[in-house]
Amino acid sequence: MVVMKSEKFDYFINGDKGKYEVVIGLEVHAQVLSNSKLFSGSPTKFGAEPNEHVSLIDSAFPGMLPVINEECVKQAVRTGLGLNAKINNYSVFDRKNYFYADLPQGYQISQYKNPIVGEGKVLLDMPYGSKEVGIERLHLEQDAGKSIHDMDPSNTYVDLNRSGIALMEIVSKPDLRSPDEVNAYIKKLRSIMRYLGTCDGNMQEGSLRADVNVSVRKVGVKEFGTRCEIKNVNSIKFMQMAIEYEASRQVELLESGKEIDQETRLFDTKKNETRSMRSKEDAHDYRYFPDPDLLPLKLDQKLVDDLKKSLPELPDKKKERFVKDYGLNAYEANVLVSEKEISDYYEEVAKLSDNKLAATWMMGDLFAMLNDKGLNISNSPISAKDFAELVQAIKSGEISGRIAKEVFEIMIESGDNPKKIIETKGLKQQSDPKELEKMINEILAKNKDKVDQYKSGKEKLFGFFVGQVMKSSGGKANPQLTNEILKKLLKG
Amino acid sequence: MSLDKEKIKHVAKLARISVNEAKVDSLTKDLNSIFKFIEQLNELDTNKVEPLTSILNQSLRSRKDEINDGKIREKVLKNSPKDSKEFFVVPKVVE
Amino acid sequence: MIDITNQSLNQIIKRIKTKEISSTDLTKAYIKNIEGAKKLNAFVTTTFDYALDKAKQFDNKPNFDQLLPGIPLAVKDLFCTENFKTTAGSNILNNFVPSYESTVTKNLWDNGSFLLGKLNCDEFAMGSSNETSYFGNVINPVGDQIVPGGSSGGSSSALAADLTPATIGTDTGGSIRQPASFTGTVGLKPTYGLCSRWGIVAFASSLDQAGPMTKDITDCAIMLEAMSGFDEKDSTSINKKKENYSKNLKDNIKGLKIGIPKEYRVDNMPKEIDELWEKGKKILKDLGADLIDISLPHTKYALPTYYIVAPAEASSNLARYDGVRYGYRSEKGKDLIEMYENTRSEGFGDEVKRRILIGTYVLSSGYYDAYYLKAQKVRQLIKKDFDDNFTKVDAILTPSTPSSAFKIGEKTNDPVSMYLNDIFTVPTNLAGLPALSLPAGLDKQGLPLGLQLIGKPLDEQKILNIGYAFEKNCGFKNEIKKWWS
Repeated sequence: MVVMKSEKFDYFINGDKGKYEVVIGLEVHAQVLSNSKLFSGSPTKFGAEPNEHVSLIDSAFPGMLPVINEECVKQAVRTGLGLNAKINNYSVFDRKNYFYADLPQGYQISQYKNPIVGEGKVLLDMPYGSKEVGIERLHLEQDAGKSIHDMDPSNTYVDLNRSGIALMEIVSKPDLRSPDEVNAYIKKLRSIMRYLGTCDGNMQEGSLRADVNVSVRKVGVKEFGTRCEIKNVNSIKFMQMAIEYEASRQVELLESGKEIDQETRLFDTKKNETRSMRSKEDAHDYRYFPDPDLLPLKLDQKLVDDLKKSLPELPDKKKERFVKDYGLNAYEANVLVSEKEISDYYEEVAKLSDNKLAATWMMGDLFAMLNDKGLNISNSPISAKDFAELVQAIKSGEISGRIAKEVFEIMIESGDNPKKIIETKGLKQQSDPKELEKMINEILAKNKDKVDQYKSGKEKLFGFFVGQVMKSSGGKANPQLTNEILKKLLKG
Repeated sequence: MSLDKEKIKHVAKLARISVNEAKVDSLTKDLNSIFKFIEQLNELDTNKVEPLTSILNQSLRSRKDEINDGKIREKVLKNSPKDSKEFFVVPKVVE
Repeated sequence: MIDITNQSLNQIIKRIKTKEISSTDLTKAYIKNIEGAKKLNAFVTTTFDYALDKAKQFDNKPNFDQLLPGIPLAVKDLFCTENFKTTAGSNILNNFVPSYESTVTKNLWDNGSFLLGKLNCDEFAMGSSNETSYFGNVINPVGDQIVPGGSSGGSSSALAADLTPATIGTDTGGSIRQPASFTGTVGLKPTYGLCSRWGIVAFASSLDQAGPMTKDITDCAIMLEAMSGFDEKDSTSINKKKENYSKNLKDNIKGLKIGIPKEYRVDNMPKEIDELWEKGKKILKDLGADLIDISLPHTKYALPTYYIVAPAEASSNLARYDGVRYGYRSEKGKDLIEMYENTRSEGFGDEVKRRILIGTYVLSSGYYDAYYLKAQKVRQLIKKDFDDNFTKVDAILTPSTPSSAFKIGEKTNDPVSMYLNDIFTVPTNLAGLPALSLPAGLDKQGLPLGLQLIGKPLDEQKILNIGYAFEKNCGFKNEIKKWWS
């Protein structure tokens, strides 16, 4: 089990009348990775011309009927398994009825009473230790289209490309207590789904969005407060801002003796505030009932077992293995398993070089460079093999850390491999003791006064001599050897 | 149970049907007589009965994940009362 | 010379095959009849030019191996037809031209037939007299001012008046069988899932089923064979081998067990209906069938159950008619919500609106358990009644309707009395069973009456066979004077 770390959880809101705890639950909507839509053969790819990825089913023409995409079902099961959740062999599709311009059927096909996935859990690594967040359920549903309000002052434009794409709605228990935990939770979910290949987690393109349920209660109180649901927030930053605003709003209301209305609210990203969505109010009565165009979904246990067997290693397991097999600390392992591509890269580098040094260099220079250039690991200008060569060159003492930084820069610019760079630029470390001794003797001879001062007790000057050696060797002198030889000669 | 005018107006709102004030009375009468008829069901004790979910005793059939539809914008927009050749156009949604 | 349009479909097919008549002449004969029968108001749309063109194509290159070689057919305007307006009898779809063909009509065309026109029906198939159509009443050819039944009233009227050699309807609670009974014709509602629902304007998805309406049982078998079949585009379509209903038609019913349910003798049922039922029993008994008294105890609850389930599904199915993507849009209203409300208020007729409101109400928060869930439980009981009895009997014989056809306007002010028309037909929709309405006699006013044969799931062949034997021995002939032309 994970040991609690020393840092304490301390996200509370201090009101005049007490200290409040913030209770958060998330309904994450994750677009399922599939070629075609949940109930039609239209493509799901993002970025098409308006209404080009629309069939007569997606636009709900009279007499059109849904037929379910088997891959979407499998993806939901995989995700459920990845969340350590119960897979329900019997689930039912229901209609959620409401009117909206981008909801062509006048109902969304969703799952209400019998979702495909039941309770599960997700582990978060917080500075104050490991935290378990309960998953209430996961169900499959159709995405809606898009209403565009700013193309025309008096009209709304409707694009149905997104209409009917499969979504997984992942509902957490109200187990989250701070914006940081929300951040960690979303990142963890995203990571798990990306490992599984069930959702690309691309928040800019709307593949991952969330409705955030927020309530507050005085510390120590057991009952939950009245919650408000903030609809459709599409970035972690906005979720965090919305929670902070909403929690303070609720505390202020309570402190001034007012009641909180249970309602749906909208987060205005420009004003950084949440406000009531009145238009949704009368739509709360969704009149769910089983969709008579579809039959209950009965999953064969063998299918579930087969999917389970074919699951990839997931972040939690991989992290354990990284600590055990590579000797990494929990922090390093956590960072390196956050994305499957990162962990793959790391394992390739580690295999060809040194475990620990590979981690240090990846998390330091490589990540900084990628971040700088706005790249991610899969389009890194440096291949894992070249990066491993660099790490290995450091490890073997062929080059020093400082030279390595120089080589790294050249690798990015030229695309050459480190061996070639070290050779052609003559960057190989000077590790021949005789040559080094010769060089150091010359330096000492030139700085007789400093040598005398050193010998009479000014030991700080040691650094000066090292600097001189590095300068004269162009940084290539083996630092360890330099130290040894300097010490020896200065003694004499 | 009897349906009053307010309830009927609320239901009409949910169904997005505007109800002519002049017709509410006759509608109320009709609906109440229908519900009186429907409520015969209350004679039956159904506590131990499972509701029917589907008349067919088979599982949901699924299709392969293949793209074989879409790219028919002209057909999709052809019947629309108002469009921009690219989008459906509806009166402004007031949020 | 004989009047070809007076013949049954199977006789016409014979004459086409022997080249006694061309598809073009046949088509022209029907066009002539249709033009002379405007008073019946059976058609919403005619497709004469198209039909004549297809007939000519057939005559130039005939294929006599098809089930429906060169046969013009008019169909209920609930089936979407590619490039031909499809209205569902509603203002809200009065300008809707589908770019697709329903699976069932496509199957008919693939078997050699072609579209002659679209037949009037109750709006969204909600009605029992064809009086809710936006396109006006349809007249029953059996007598002026008499309703043809509904919702497939245009279909029954056109068939009985020789305006189409056969037709198809849809049956959600009796919409094929009751109009067949009212016009002295044959109507079959197949097992739920036998005919694809793809491309049919939906009323209540768990009950809707398309089926044939014909002049005799042989025609019914031919049409069913042509229109039915597995469709992967409909998740509720049954995947089974196609059957040759017409080839396998047999009139030997010796030893078959026919159930007679006591609950179908209702209060105030005209004596003539009872007598007709007795007559039917006697015919079947004389043919060697065993009559067995059975009980379907929840029969009386079928209609109340239906009036929860069907409107609930309809309220959701009809949500798509919102003026956004097709159909009628009201110009009134300042924002989207008002556009919806005005479009739907102006686009739907009173009966449709009534049922949408019922359906919305029974599903709404706080009422779902009391109504919708209760109804689904009772539906289970109704299904179980049939399941239990079908271990003992091969088929069930009942009257098709509790009365003969009534006058236009007679029941429009009393929805419940109108609904009661479907009291004998609704249980089979709730249970998903096949049921056949057979013309069996006339009442004192000379109005046709029908008997209903209910079969086990997918046992269409057996009820067709019983109907076939019955038809041969019943001696009923529908003789309608063409008073309208």
